[in-house]
Amino acid sequence: MLNHQIDPNKWIDLYSDYLFNYTISRVSDREKAQDLVQDTFLAGLKSMKNFKGEASERTWLISILKRKIIDHYRKINSNKGKAEVRINYNDSESEGDWLEERVADPFDKTAEDSLQNNELGDAIHNCLSKLPTKQSEVFKMKTILGYETEVICNELNISASNLWVIIHRARTALAECLKENWF
Amino acid sequence: MSNIKFMIPCEEANHVCDKTQYKNASLREKILLSLHLLFCRACRKYSSNNAKLTKTIKKAEVECLDKKCKDAMKEDFNKALKEISN
Repeated sequence: MLNHQIDPNKWIDLYSDYLFNYTISRVSDREKAQDLVQDTFLAGLKSMKNFKGEASERTWLISILKRKIIDHYRKINSNKGKAEVRINYNDSESEGDWLEERVADPFDKTAEDSLQNNELGDAIHNCLSKLPTKQSEVFKMKTILGYETEVICNELNISASNLWVIIHRARTALAECLKENWF
Repeated sequence: MSNIKFMIPCEEANHVCDKTQYKNASLREKILLSLHLLFCRACRKYSSNNAKLTKTIKKAEVECLDKKCKDAMKEDFNKALKEISN
């Protein structure tokens, strides 16, 4: 059986995007998601001794993150319990309005849709993590963060033609990786 | 063929195709690309796959952290790392 090693020095470079995407599709608040990812890394650091090497580092971190997300929702819910929910419909005219308020928003995504999107996002990040670091970095900056070519070139100190070659390779590899399940 | 001005080689066509995915291609480039696609089946395939990839990524609404966030994260993390190793 493969014995996985643990090396916290590389965690943020390797897994932060994957964990962040995983979190944000479930928490949908950027700042909160970022905090949860950070908490996960710190918790992982503290319980490093418990890492047996049976699963990969990433799987292990995800399992910590999952618990953090559950805790986060528990906290929100217990806060809710303390606050009383009051509905003030005093006049008879507005009686029954609450019924209408409770009808689901038809423009809201259905649960199934967003579930599928969660999985798709995970799959994309999974494929991205298989690319060489440079390729995935450039690709993310250009495609997901939507930076201008010049900005990326300046930041990473590469030429524009270099950038496009990297993008091309990343796109080809990604299409290949996603082909089996999602295309 | 390549010495005729309006025919671009496949490599160039793919490059322009990548650019169009980010709306970075000029009108002239786009015209040259469509001309090339008329004649080239391989590039047509690449082109449609490429567009599909863009669509998929858009649909998935993937997110990631920018460099600033990561650097801030690293700073905190490295502090904790040092504390633990001490």
